[in-house]
Amino acid sequence: LAETATVPHATDHHGGELKPGDHGWTYTGLTNEKLAMWLFLGTECLLFGGLISTYLLYKSRVPEGQGPTPHDLYDIPFTSVSSFVLLMSSLTMVLAVTAIARGDIRNTRVWLATTALLGGVFISGQVYEFTSFVKEGMGFTTNVASSAFFTLTGFHGVHVSIGILMLMSLLLLSFRGRLGPERAEAVEIVGLYWHFVDVVWILIFTVVYLVP
Amino acid sequence: MAAPTTTESHAGAHDHPSDGHYIRIALVLALLTAAETATYFVDWFDDNTTLLWIVLAPIMILKFGMVAWFFMHLKSDSRMFSRMFLMGIVTAVAVYMIFLLTFDEFF
Repeated sequence: LAETATVPHATDHHGGELKPGDHGWTYTGLTNEKLAMWLFLGTECLLFGGLISTYLLYKSRVPEGQGPTPHDLYDIPFTSVSSFVLLMSSLTMVLAVTAIARGDIRNTRVWLATTALLGGVFISGQVYEFTSFVKEGMGFTTNVASSAFFTLTGFHGVHVSIGILMLMSLLLLSFRGRLGPERAEAVEIVGLYWHFVDVVWILIFTVVYLVP
Repeated sequence: MAAPTTTESHAGAHDHPSDGHYIRIALVLALLTAAETATYFVDWFDDNTTLLWIVLAPIMILKFGMVAWFFMHLKSDSRMFSRMFLMGIVTAVAVYMIFLLTFDEFF
């Protein structure tokens, strides 16, 4: 970086500016944790891009007689409700972030728990969908389209599940008195992950479910 | 490497909009989702995937952008975060478009 580069400076929990050598000081002025999360999310774009592309490639290449394809079995109204639930969990997540930022621990807990609950509802919906697909004759190895579909949506489901574990951890920390406004960024970082999982579902819902 | 000499703001600092602001954004997102779902029930789109793409792609991009811009705070956070995220998106789109074109997926 040039000597005159404009770089934000990190601050401590009391708003005082950090100096080189202080704990938490970074050259960029951005915290390493948040930077790492954004970098991770950037790489996740490649993971989900690959899975979505693979599904697009295989969805219409199922030879005759190899069982039903995902498009034969989709229940769009049901998946729409699931999508709506996940979208609303993004709202409750951002409300948890604003609550912790203003030091409102009670509402932070309420919104974190609500987000985890909505995530749980979404995952339950996915389990129901997978079960009904298998009952109707489309398993993981039925054909290339079903393999690509289960891999893509399964990976997404795992991400949501990990997000729920993160939310539960935050909730646990708050009940132990270890999650105050000074650690608001931890909630924000988990929030970034949660919103990312939501935006990935926005793509999956349109590209995989709605477009034949 | 010399230390930076100027300041912009503290790390990733941003003023959070009010809860009402976020609720209004969520309402718009819900309406957009309803519009997307409505296409499933409209007969016009049954045999016209291109038309369906024309309708759905902008809604999908708008929803994606709204969540990233407002809920993920890219609007008010450091531009470096936006760049890192965009870098991932642009690389993914470029790589996988080439991948799909290689397999004649669009023609």
